Amino acid sequence: MQSPSRTLLIGGSLSAVLTAPVLAAAPATMDVTITIPQLKVAEYHRPYVAIWVEKAGAPAKTVAVWYDYDMKNNEGTKWLRDVRQWWRASGRTMTFPANGITGATRAPGAQKISFSRAQLGATAPGNYVLVIEAAREVGGRELLRIPFTWPAKAGPGGRAAGKTELGAVTVAFR
Amino acid sequence: MKKQIWGFAATVALAAMAAVPASAHRQWMLPSSTVLSGDDVWVTVDAAVSNDLFYFEHQPLRLDAVHAWAPDGSEVSIENKATGRYRSTFDVHLTQKGTYRIASVADMLMGSYELNGKTERLPRGTTAANLAERLPAGATNVQTAEANNRNEIFVTVGEPTTTLFKPTGKGIEMVPVTHPNDLFAGEAATFQFLLDGKPAADLPVTVIPGGIRYRDQLGQIDLKTDAEGKVAVTWPEPGLYWMNVTTPQTARGEGGEGGPPPASAAPQRRAGYVTTLEVMAP
Repeated sequence: MQSPSRTLLIGGSLSAVLTAPVLAAAPATMDVTITIPQLKVAEYHRPYVAIWVEKAGAPAKTVAVWYDYDMKNNEGTKWLRDVRQWWRASGRTMTFPANGITGATRAPGAQKISFSRAQLGATAPGNYVLVIEAAREVGGRELLRIPFTWPAKAGPGGRAAGKTELGAVTVAFR
Repeated sequence: MKKQIWGFAATVALAAMAAVPASAHRQWMLPSSTVLSGDDVWVTVDAAVSNDLFYFEHQPLRLDAVHAWAPDGSEVSIENKATGRYRSTFDVHLTQKGTYRIASVADMLMGSYELNGKTERLPRGTTAANLAERLPAGATNVQTAEANNRNEIFVTVGEPTTTLFKPTGKGIEMVPVTHPNDLFAGEAATFQFLLDGKPAADLPVTVIPGGIRYRDQLGQIDLKTDAEGKVAVTWPEPGLYWMNVTTPQTARGEGGEGGPPPASAAPQRRAGYVTTLEVMAP
């Protein structure tokens, strides 16, 4: 609950008290928790994960890609196309590393990442879909979709659960 | 079946080229990937003439006529060429972003001439350029027809581009409505085919999924180009598909059970087109 209080300060002292409930109902940040499952396999590599936002009539907007970005000669980009729906929807038009989007692969467990409304490309009110796709070297691929609307309500804002390459993915707004 | 075998025999006799895709044997090129990402991108291509797709079990595709073009239209080299008993293989270094074309194109002349009262067929490998030197002195009643065969594949680094699809105006060529490196199972893809640079109606189009060895049914999809030369294919499953487009071959029909047309028959304009398409899983 950091950002409402920050906004309160900006809003000024008297009006802040009055507008506080309104601010709580108009969150500015999406928190996403992506559970990367622990897998009992002979050869395990952390999955490549792409997170993007779709809106009808607009090009998909990539908000995060976790891949082997630090290999010599940028070799990790060779496998980006295996995150194949993302590659088609958005990845193939991008250059890598992508500023503010590229990130390291993440270990099994609950992984948190947050996006501002601007990062999500959700400045216009409307219906959006957050898409999470994971592809693992010598493993499988899985994709989850979580619809959301903007303006969003504070608190839990969506959930999906994978069966193979992704565990639970939850969305919350604050 | 008999008709097909005769058709093949006639093809061999006339063109003497494995490159004629209408024959019972199918020629193909198979890239290691069609959709690629990364900074230092290579593709390896297998090339063969076989019955079953895509198994190299009959003859290698000769690489003499294979060339590759980068998205900007410049020709790029075919590297690490090798031709084995059953297949050829080579690499292309994809240094640009966009769609590359790798093609084997053969423009030939078929036909016949008369010499000393006997009708002879033009020898294998005759082209418009070498016809004069191939004809023996005293040859009369020379009849020729063009045969253009194109076997090509496309591979794309990053975003698909269409700069390469400018037609040459010779033989059968594909103009993408759907990009050939943006194909997904369950979606319809549309391609336009030109014959000598013009949209060609009523061309037979054959689409066969790869993996024939491990199934009982061929699964062939038979289509025809419409008035605009367009054909739409809905891919039943992800995988590799062989697509073959030819000029209608009336000679085979007329020959019927009787076998190949006689040597004296007027030669027929022929053109063939082959491509290998990769259809991704949604």
